[in-house]
Amino acid sequence: MEPIIIEGTPKTPTVKFDASEGVFEIKGRSIPENSVEFYKPLVDWLDNYKETPLNKTVVNIRLEYFNTSSSKCILDVFKKLEAIHKAKNEVEVNWYYEEDDEDMLEAGEDYESIIRVPFKMIEIVE
Amino acid sequence: MSFDIENYLKDQAKNNIILFYKGNVDSDVINHVLDTVEYKMVEVNEQSKLRKKVYNVLVESLQNLYHHVDRVPDDFEDQTSEKFGLLVVQKVKNGYKIITGNFVHADNLEKLEEKIKRINRSSHEEIKELYKFILNHQRISAKGGGGLGLVDIARKTGNKLEYAFRKYNDKYSFFYLNILVDERENA
Repeated sequence: MEPIIIEGTPKTPTVKFDASEGVFEIKGRSIPENSVEFYKPLVDWLDNYKETPLNKTVVNIRLEYFNTSSSKCILDVFKKLEAIHKAKNEVEVNWYYEEDDEDMLEAGEDYESIIRVPFKMIEIVE
Repeated sequence: MSFDIENYLKDQAKNNIILFYKGNVDSDVINHVLDTVEYKMVEVNEQSKLRKKVYNVLVESLQNLYHHVDRVPDDFEDQTSEKFGLLVVQKVKNGYKIITGNFVHADNLEKLEEKIKRINRSSHEEIKELYKFILNHQRISAKGGGGLGLVDIARKTGNKLEYAFRKYNDKYSFFYLNILVDERENA
């Protein structure tokens, strides 16, 4: 599978999905007006990966900002990961937040409560 | 006297206006507003916690305008703006006020007001649950909104949504949303 590598912009995050390593990363700002357009290729890619995943998949989410329309798309990403996990593969989500950013921590906890995949909340200390 | 959309602002936001915008709300305008306000907050060394909240609320209020505004009435002065909106960002004592304004068609008014009232009746814990429920159960609408904007604003600010409708004519009202983002801890 070809990896997905997308450079970040002021409104969309940096994305690195590498199937050979089993490490996926979304980093930066996710505040586009049309978030479906941005996330659809990622969700489709995960749909493919889901067929032959590695034994262990690690997902690093390190967002500075995301808007509510991205929040639904991010949930779609997590739902694919949940399916991988349900098929008896190891999946781990690392949710990064800056030390004073309680909102970002709470957002991670929201997903943790909806999605049945192990989450690790990681505080970034400057 | 003719209808003046800025009248409301004369009572609500007099001093320390750091940004005023009136016109079409497209993607470029949103970028520009976000950049400007972010830059101004950094310039005055605003603490990062407040800065982030203001930025988040600004994104949601602008994108609410972008996704949801109704067309302007036929006799309104600005006929060129497809998504006409008003935005004021004001520095206040412990934070910032973000005021948005847009036309709402009479058919959509009740639904909008009901939504705000429901949010304002809810405790912080209930708002958190409402957010999670909508996140998990509602699809993104054809307009591109997730139906979460106002809930998110209320959740992040911890404040009630102040609002007003001013009747423009039988078919249209102008809707003002007056959001306070301040430093106090969420209840």
